[in-house]
Amino acid sequence: MSKKLLDKQEIERAIVRISHEIIERNKGVENLCLVGIQKGGVYLAMRLAKKIGEIEKTEIPVGSLDITFYRDDLMIRRQPVVSKTEIPCDVTGKKVVLVDDVFFTGRSIRAAMDAIMDIGRPALIQLAVLIDRGHRELPIRADYVGKNIPTSLDERVEVLLEEDGHEDSVVLMRREDAGAK
Amino acid sequence: MPVLNNKDLLGIKELSADEIKHILDTASGFKDVLKRDIKKVPTLRGRTVVNLFFEPSTRTRTSFELAAKRLSTDVINFSVPTSSVVKGETLIDTALTVQALGADFMIVRHSSSGVPHLLAKNLRASVINAGDGTNEHPTQALLDAFTMREKKGRIEGLEVVIVGDIAHSRVAKSNIYCLTKLGAKVRLVGPPTLIPDGIAKLGVDVYYDMDEGLRGADVVMMLRIQMERQGKGFFPSTEEYFGRWGLTSERFALAKKDAIVMHPGPMNRGIEISSDVADGERSVILEQVTNGLAVRMAVLYLLAGVKA
Repeated sequence: MSKKLLDKQEIERAIVRISHEIIERNKGVENLCLVGIQKGGVYLAMRLAKKIGEIEKTEIPVGSLDITFYRDDLMIRRQPVVSKTEIPCDVTGKKVVLVDDVFFTGRSIRAAMDAIMDIGRPALIQLAVLIDRGHRELPIRADYVGKNIPTSLDERVEVLLEEDGHEDSVVLMRREDAGAK
Repeated sequence: MPVLNNKDLLGIKELSADEIKHILDTASGFKDVLKRDIKKVPTLRGRTVVNLFFEPSTRTRTSFELAAKRLSTDVINFSVPTSSVVKGETLIDTALTVQALGADFMIVRHSSSGVPHLLAKNLRASVINAGDGTNEHPTQALLDAFTMREKKGRIEGLEVVIVGDIAHSRVAKSNIYCLTKLGAKVRLVGPPTLIPDGIAKLGVDVYYDMDEGLRGADVVMMLRIQMERQGKGFFPSTEEYFGRWGLTSERFALAKKDAIVMHPGPMNRGIEISSDVADGERSVILEQVTNGLAVRMAVLYLLAGVKA
């Protein structure tokens, strides 16, 4: 039982709109650095960086951030494989835009902010997400949102991307079906 | 879903190849953390690690202590001369007392084999074996495997030579288990008096002649010759030992051109290894020390997950 929330074209439009919003809000791209949260945010960050680069005719630094060591206890139990943290620039003094696929409780974003602050001292941190599904447990909000989708807690939102071998789409499924993608 | 399911790390013998690989992969993540300006992560904030050392050790204890601190735990060092063990308290009572103080992890070193296993059965805390008698020293083998994998890109198919006092070495024992599980080919080299009979059953080849054993090796691991063994009939003199089993640059040339040399420390220069080899380009001895931190962080982190 799954329902398609966004298709390829709608994802593309969201990326284009968020790219323009990032440029507008930051009055250009000076000192901008995009950082995708492993794993879901990394490809989106790369797409945003590419699009912003095309619009502004320049190269935007883009990195990936693994937040495993900054998670709260619930995640430790799963012993997840640690992914790479690779940020191609010194984040100190930069305008860092964190990128994630689905914005849910806010706990990953809290962890990501701590992880970034241990690497350097950014001038500011902003947050871009493709989907905001609500149910925040922390006082954190996104600066750029692809689409707001009200969900219930027994549902799960999956962002499927070509880079991972899927057709670009965002789907809503019942929790018990999740993981069988 | 978790890869590791046992609360303790008692030996490599008890681990599967997948568990070993997961520890090494996790250690890579921690190695990246150790390269940063802020080398500390909040992962295990609020937990307590106790170093329970019944045998003197500076390197291993310091490495565990720093690894635990890098994970934001609180660390207590409990060592024999200052403890109530000298007042006649039993081993298990000592450990239970330490546990009652709130220890989540106990890092145990003891001169008798099996002590960590005994404590693990009697404690709620996770027990990590930091060397028990002549049995095992699992984190040393893990850091050695991590170093080999980093330098050679793989472990499977590597020709690894371990030279020295195999009979009394827990480092050798853990390395034999670890390397054979990961698919390396292991050769043991040393005087017949220091290589136990029947060790070939563990899937290793035995050489008494150093030159023969070194030929074509990818990794040469030198073990420390313990001075207290001298004069007990294991080998005639340190000079003769160096002459026959010491690693000199001439001998090291028999190994592959890109072979690396390892040593768990502390080294006896001029007894098991010459200074030019120990300090040479292909020596990874100091990198082993750095990798030890990353591997011990990974072990603490993964075991914390078992109990979470």
